[in-house]
Amino acid sequence: MDSAISIEAGGVARGDVGGASVLLRLAAELVSGQIRVVDLTQTLAPEFPQISLPPEMGQCWPFRIEEVSRYDERGPAWYWNNFSCGEHTGTHFDAPIHWVSGRDLPRNATDTIPPEDLIGPACVIDCTAESAADADFLLSRSFIERWESVHGRIPARAWVLMRTDWSKRTDPVAYQNYDETGQHTPGPDAEAVRFLVEERQVIGFGSESIGTDAGQAQYQRPPFPCHYYMHGAGRYGLQCLANLDQLPPTGAILICPPLKIRNGSGSPLRVLALVPA
Amino acid sequence: MVREFARPRRKNPVLRTRLPNLPPGGRSRVALGLTAAAALGRFELQRCRDCQAVQYPPVEACSRCLSVRLRWELQSGDGLLIAQTELAHSNDLFFRERLPWRLGMVRLDCGPTVVVHLHGDCLPAPARVRVDARLDRSGQAVLFALPDTETANMADDPQLREFTCDPRFRKVLVTDGRSPLGQALVEHLVKAGADLVWVGQAEPWKQFPGLDALRAMPQVSIVPLDLTDSSSVRELAAEIGGRVDIVVNNAEVHRTHGIGDRQGIETARLEMDVNYFGLLRLAQAFGPALRARAADGPTGAVAWVNLLSIYALSNYPPHGTFSASKAAALSLSQCLRAEMRSAGVRVVNLFPGPMDDEWNQTVVPPKVSPAVLARALITALKSGVEDVFPGDVAQEWLERWRDNPKALERELAG
Repeated sequence: MDSAISIEAGGVARGDVGGASVLLRLAAELVSGQIRVVDLTQTLAPEFPQISLPPEMGQCWPFRIEEVSRYDERGPAWYWNNFSCGEHTGTHFDAPIHWVSGRDLPRNATDTIPPEDLIGPACVIDCTAESAADADFLLSRSFIERWESVHGRIPARAWVLMRTDWSKRTDPVAYQNYDETGQHTPGPDAEAVRFLVEERQVIGFGSESIGTDAGQAQYQRPPFPCHYYMHGAGRYGLQCLANLDQLPPTGAILICPPLKIRNGSGSPLRVLALVPA
Repeated sequence: MVREFARPRRKNPVLRTRLPNLPPGGRSRVALGLTAAAALGRFELQRCRDCQAVQYPPVEACSRCLSVRLRWELQSGDGLLIAQTELAHSNDLFFRERLPWRLGMVRLDCGPTVVVHLHGDCLPAPARVRVDARLDRSGQAVLFALPDTETANMADDPQLREFTCDPRFRKVLVTDGRSPLGQALVEHLVKAGADLVWVGQAEPWKQFPGLDALRAMPQVSIVPLDLTDSSSVRELAAEIGGRVDIVVNNAEVHRTHGIGDRQGIETARLEMDVNYFGLLRLAQAFGPALRARAADGPTGAVAWVNLLSIYALSNYPPHGTFSASKAAALSLSQCLRAEMRSAGVRVVNLFPGPMDDEWNQTVVPPKVSPAVLARALITALKSGVEDVFPGDVAQEWLERWRDNPKALERELAG
């Protein structure tokens, strides 16, 4: 895998690259606590905010859950639920087929994405202060280049995660941050996305807010640039991530396989990060 | 003179909450004609088409000429009170708890002499009165004699209150405050004297016009409530279910599609999820507590209101999936009514024609304004009717539907 370089850079496993010994060491270090597993997932719950489109458009289902039985007359010895949600509910994965720019790419849906794409290194760009000062903050190419001057060049096939601490907004009103002009949440600008896709060959972009694009991204050129360029180039998206503050700027490995939905445009998922302790 | 209904004292919490008893509910099939009219707020009696005699009680054949050609007709109810008495003893559980009880006999101007429940402000016989058919707590029509001119506290007569669902001093849940109708309902319920109005808000991040005005009313309390989310409904019922006296379920989703002009079922499913399953969730969560509190003092639990649509009776194809969801809700409301009847809690259905709202923007007038609909509901609660058809369009379609449902189906198809 191309990501061997970054694994080394992150110090997860030095030497002995390839073969069973790396995996055995990984297992041992997970047991010993030298590698920590960080859960980057929001809990699926009905009250978690949902993406809202204008009411005349089709809507993504929020998470809903109905009890089937709970050791009662509906099923005496067992408890279980039925749940419903959209492909883009809660912490979720965007496949290239989600956007019209990625509609005709090969292996562009949740069931056909190469599985090796679903594990990879993560670069975490801290935009916390900027997002706190300006909810409409746009991550720019120059901001990324400044980050690289401190943390090194973003390796090919890495995930780039935009840390904003937006996930700490537990009040749904503050998380969604709507006013009469729509939603105000941070995201990347078009030039930054093109830079990541074309000059850094990232595998995907992740955010803590409800979309990979900014809340006001319909006014950017092109509209929703992160969706347009990432998916148009066969790359992926992750949104509604949490706990990005527990990740180092480099050195974490992301594990993010979506559900294997036939021709699916995305799916809710559990996102885990392996982090050196 | 009837005294003004005063705010009841707070309940003594160490005393048991009493269970409701109902007045006798048995009726012959033909007598249900009286109930069918009273459910709409009308006083109808049969008239013989051969000899013109007006009948009472309802009969299979004319009491004068034995003709079976009888037709239900609207009556004015004007008449002369010829006798009155006060019931001092009864083995019937309902009346036993409410003694003494005034009864009278009225000779109606249209012919028959009838036994009536007697309003406290009716002057001693002989006196002019106005007889009305009212639904009792069993949901059956009985005749009630009112003074022929308005008196000061007419609605507050304790006997009359047994037939009505006055919001005054009661606590009401309005399930959606976002819509202009929801806001008009809250305003009119407060104006009608409701003590407290809980107002549901789904998706709290979506601010809506009028929210601040709602919040500014001291009687209003905004509560999270999303009818598509069972846990949200259950949680609110756990918090306030034991205190709600009237549920007004006005939450609805209205999209303007038939079958062919919208791909897929997602919008139709959302309509169904709110308009039908939302009612089911709400009824499962709030119904039991409402039933249990139906005899909880003079301002106990009393009514359940559903916002349906005239389209529930017959499908309006341009709004076809919405019509279907409202038809489903109408059917479920009948189930709810049957289950609430054992406690005497009235289920009131509103069947408006097109409302003057966002989703009827391209529908030409006449359209029912939120204020007119809200006033119609207050009137319905105060008079105790079950089915309300507010506005000209609803009235006309109701008449056409009663006359010939197939013809209305064709007319609505355009």
